[in-house]
Amino acid sequence: MPSLTKTRRFRILTSRRRMIGLLLRLAVAILAIIYALFPFLWIVSAAFNPSGSLATQRFIPERASTANFEELLGGQSYSLHPYKLWLWNSIKIASIVSILAVFIIALSAYAFSRFRFRLRRSLLLGVFLVQIFPSSLTIVALFLLFRQIGDYIPAFGLNRHGGLILAYLGPILGINVWLMKGFFDSIPRDIDESAMVDGASHWQIFWNLILPLVRPILAVVVVLVFIGTFNDFLLARTLLQSTEQFTLMVGLYLLVQTRFTQNWGLFAAGALIASVPIVVLYLLLQNQIVSGLTRGAVRG
Amino acid sequence: MNKIRHAPKGLRYIALRLLALAVVDAFASWFLYLLTRDRAWPLATAIIVVTLGVNIVNLRTDLYPLRWLSPGLVLLILMALYPIIFTVYTAFTNYSDGHLFTKQQAIRLLAKEQYLSESAPIYRWTAFRSPNGEYALWLMSEDGQAFLARPGEAIQEGIPGESGVGALDEEGIPQSIEGYERLSRANTVRFIPEIGALEFGQLPDTIKVSSLDKAAQYQQRYVYDEARDAIVDSTTGKVYRADETTGTFISSDGEALIPGYQVPVGLRNFKRLFTNPALRGPFGIVFLWTFEYALLAAFTTFVLGLFLALVFNDPIVPGRKLISSLLIIPYAIPSAISILIWRGMLSPQLGVISINLERLFGWSPAWRSDPGWTRVAVLLINLWLGYPYMMLVCSGALQSIPQDLYEVAEVDGANAWQRFRYITLPLLLVSVGPLLVASFVFNFNNFNPIYLFNEGGPPIPGATTPAGYTDILISYTYRLAFAGQRGADYGYAAAITITIFIMLSLITVFSSRYTTRAWEEVSENA
Repeated sequence: MPSLTKTRRFRILTSRRRMIGLLLRLAVAILAIIYALFPFLWIVSAAFNPSGSLATQRFIPERASTANFEELLGGQSYSLHPYKLWLWNSIKIASIVSILAVFIIALSAYAFSRFRFRLRRSLLLGVFLVQIFPSSLTIVALFLLFRQIGDYIPAFGLNRHGGLILAYLGPILGINVWLMKGFFDSIPRDIDESAMVDGASHWQIFWNLILPLVRPILAVVVVLVFIGTFNDFLLARTLLQSTEQFTLMVGLYLLVQTRFTQNWGLFAAGALIASVPIVVLYLLLQNQIVSGLTRGAVRG
Repeated sequence: MNKIRHAPKGLRYIALRLLALAVVDAFASWFLYLLTRDRAWPLATAIIVVTLGVNIVNLRTDLYPLRWLSPGLVLLILMALYPIIFTVYTAFTNYSDGHLFTKQQAIRLLAKEQYLSESAPIYRWTAFRSPNGEYALWLMSEDGQAFLARPGEAIQEGIPGESGVGALDEEGIPQSIEGYERLSRANTVRFIPEIGALEFGQLPDTIKVSSLDKAAQYQQRYVYDEARDAIVDSTTGKVYRADETTGTFISSDGEALIPGYQVPVGLRNFKRLFTNPALRGPFGIVFLWTFEYALLAAFTTFVLGLFLALVFNDPIVPGRKLISSLLIIPYAIPSAISILIWRGMLSPQLGVISINLERLFGWSPAWRSDPGWTRVAVLLINLWLGYPYMMLVCSGALQSIPQDLYEVAEVDGANAWQRFRYITLPLLLVSVGPLLVASFVFNFNNFNPIYLFNEGGPPIPGATTPAGYTDILISYTYRLAFAGQRGADYGYAAAITITIFIMLSLITVFSSRYTTRAWEEVSENA
């Protein structure tokens, strides 16, 4: 029976090794989670710490209160940092951009999916190539472009949301078109063909047939573009100049840039309000993408 | 193949479409008129291309599919492609503070400058005010001639019965002007601050009130003489010739008018970049650090991401889904906000990390003023921001590695390190390799951690252009264009942008061994 004992010993050995491995892994997990979450928890603590300054913060605030939030959303210094206005600007801009974007992307994806025409392949490739060029590199040119446009059409010039929205929409086609085209491709042509026999136009097919079928992917694109626009700092920082035009990210930077240590509590409250919805959207979106993908496939 | 059988043919639809096209064309023509008047050729060209394209696509039925693409393509051309081309154009001009305008615009701006000549005609004035606060002046010259002047309109002769001018009183001043009320002496005094701020009449002849009853005619100071291509100062008679190599109006004794204008300067910006010793020093530091930053950022995030993915890839770990949800939270928080939080935590003396290091070791690094430690801080922040993405990517790639390879290796007696080194890593790099190149390129231009943490600082001493030890090329460019105390230099910034672009293109091409696979996938889908 030597072989049996050998296996048993091996099993005990491996199970002990597995236990140690598991414990090590759990230790790593705890350390990693602390690393990942600490900044976030620290900002939660700072937001509810009424003293509001960087130096006097404790991890568990002594007298937790919502003083920072009250000050931020309408305190004495509100005119210096109009947080609600910034939040509204960000939501407004990101909403307009994401809705226009999804419409433009869907139109293009339909054309790439349903028509065969000259230049089709080169346009598809071109759309992909332009977005490889990092958009941060064109920041100076965009600034100059909008300054020039503003000389003639102020509503789309510098320091205006109209101009910023156009700038966000510029490189929007890119990878999104590829993504959506894939979904359009997965919807069988037979649906279009039979509708066409019934006399439907391309527009009717697009609007009444295809779009309802790809609603999940439309939602995913809207949310992705919304988050991307909402989070942008560089472009908004470059094109916007006055406090009341700022988006949230630029506003928060302003808050930190001037009197950082005193404004720490205000910044924390503002950062919390701004990031919690985005984090939630993000975590929800993970499943959404997966279900969007599977649903699209099932329907195709 | 789906032949385009019918573009929709409803008459109403066609009429609506043509109407929309007409509106677009009208708008474009108006814009083009303004642009050509100012000789703003680059933008004018872009508008012409786009407008022509939209028209052709909408008028030719065989281009019907392109109509669907037109909104996206118009935006792509104007807001993504044009800026790229314009960057190239700008790099070869002297576009900078002091040279912001086209020559036409500069001439027009200079023409607005006015002066009061000693021989200027003097008028006695009476003010009229409309209910919504607009003003008109009734002017009497010394020889008894009367004029009516309103802001922004040419001065006209004052004749009773014309332009709503009522009957004159014994002093020759109308009792009323239609739409305006004559101001009494007392009211004139009350409104004099407003009246005094206005210019009446139209350029080049404008009138300003100079005292309670006197008004004087101002004259244009700088007059452009097209024949000589020069600007003449009417006050002194001095001639400023247009110098097309520097883009300034310059007099024979070397005095230049402000503003100047844009001219092409050839390779001058690039020459400055590579030959001017005062610029080359900071540029060299920034240049090297950009490469170090991009490489280290890509490498550190990959290593941590891969490590975490390996640790949690084993199914024996309980709650794997929860753990990975928690670990990707740094990726979900808007990065600008996270960086500012880190800025607070690493704040010297006051930030939580500095305080605790101080407490434990009696010392904490100067995270924001020491060049080396600031670089470390930027990389640490970047690591926190970037590892979740690498973790997600790696755990996806790990799951696609066939398990039997490991079993075979185990039978052959390979230890854990050997299995990792000879199975996991090579197979992983096949799929993750292109993403590492992409991560390098992304971090090469990763502006936010640099700018938001410390604005690129601490500053490099002795640099003639603003530059800091953590500045990467893109933030250096940003500073040159927007934050220079010595004035913005867009031409020079554009030259650096092009340098970055060329380098990135070369890197992408050289690493194409890895990226060809991605390319093939892309073109297969087409």
